[in-house]
Amino acid sequence: MEKPNLNYIDQLARGDQSIRDTLIKVIIDEFPEEKKDYFGSVKLNDFKIIASNVHRIKHKFSILGLEKSYKEAEKLEHLLSEGSTNEVLKVEFENTLTEITKYLKTI
Amino acid sequence: MNCIVIDDEKMARVIIKTLCEQIKNVNLVEEFSDAIDGIKYLNEHKVDLIFLDIHMPNFTGLDFIKTLKDPPKVIFTTTDSKFALEAFEFDFIVDYLLKPIALERFEKAIEKAQKAIDVPKIEVQSKAPEEVKNDFYVNIDRRLIKINLPSIYLIEAKGDYINIKTEEKNYIVHSTLKKIEEKLPESLFLKVHRSYIINLKHIIDIEDNSVLIKKDVIPVSRSNRPELMKRLDLL
Repeated sequence: MEKPNLNYIDQLARGDQSIRDTLIKVIIDEFPEEKKDYFGSVKLNDFKIIASNVHRIKHKFSILGLEKSYKEAEKLEHLLSEGSTNEVLKVEFENTLTEITKYLKTI
Repeated sequence: MNCIVIDDEKMARVIIKTLCEQIKNVNLVEEFSDAIDGIKYLNEHKVDLIFLDIHMPNFTGLDFIKTLKDPPKVIFTTTDSKFALEAFEFDFIVDYLLKPIALERFEKAIEKAQKAIDVPKIEVQSKAPEEVKNDFYVNIDRRLIKINLPSIYLIEAKGDYINIKTEEKNYIVHSTLKKIEEKLPESLFLKVHRSYIINLKHIIDIEDNSVLIKKDVIPVSRSNRPELMKRLDLL
């Protein structure tokens, strides 16, 4: 499985530690909320809302360099917005959420 | 160059802010998580450029740009490339950035925006103010009846007839919404749904997909919502 990284954030910060810290803090603050919203929408089984939450979270995937997971999330979002889903993609997506949660505790 | 960013995701707004701070003469003056707040701000402030997310809950970036009266330049920021063609139908859209946005690509977009802003504006002769009629006549049972236009608050389609509702009484007229729409002053009336024309002055409140006019709750179709929002004097 891909591992999250801070390459994009480092490129943006260009060596400025305060910018790097700000960007990391926003991810650490915002990601758990988005994850909570996602699982909330899964409980409701409302595909459109789930799709919207997948859409928001997938940006975090790309920021954290998870290119493969991003593409899979994009497929899942597309299916959901069409009114269907795919269990394999859903499980992969949720595994990535777990992976990011673990990673954010280390930075 | 004064800019604002509209994006429901905080991380996306912070990234735009970070990128703007790294480019000379680019001044991010405000940020909004909600497109409606962006519209209110633009009603009172002039900016040169908007960084606009397309995919937002309730009000998309594409809906948003349709509400702009005097649009500044817009750069779309999105994770979806599928809207690109639609976005470029508007001449004030200068670029379309796919997230995550790299600094080099952002700089190019700013250059494009600057060039577009620098193009001398061609003075357009302003249209003569609309001559507002105060009343018109309808044919009911072979009688021509005068109806005061400002007193009309709602016109609804009923098969081959239209029901013109005024503060005093209702008139059932053999006509179509399309025909009557041509006779109404644009400054006062708006078709918000294929079956309804409303008088904007009589709106009591607006919810997501409906307006309350007197005691009637009138549906607003998705395609007409941006025009309605544009015509409102939002605080």
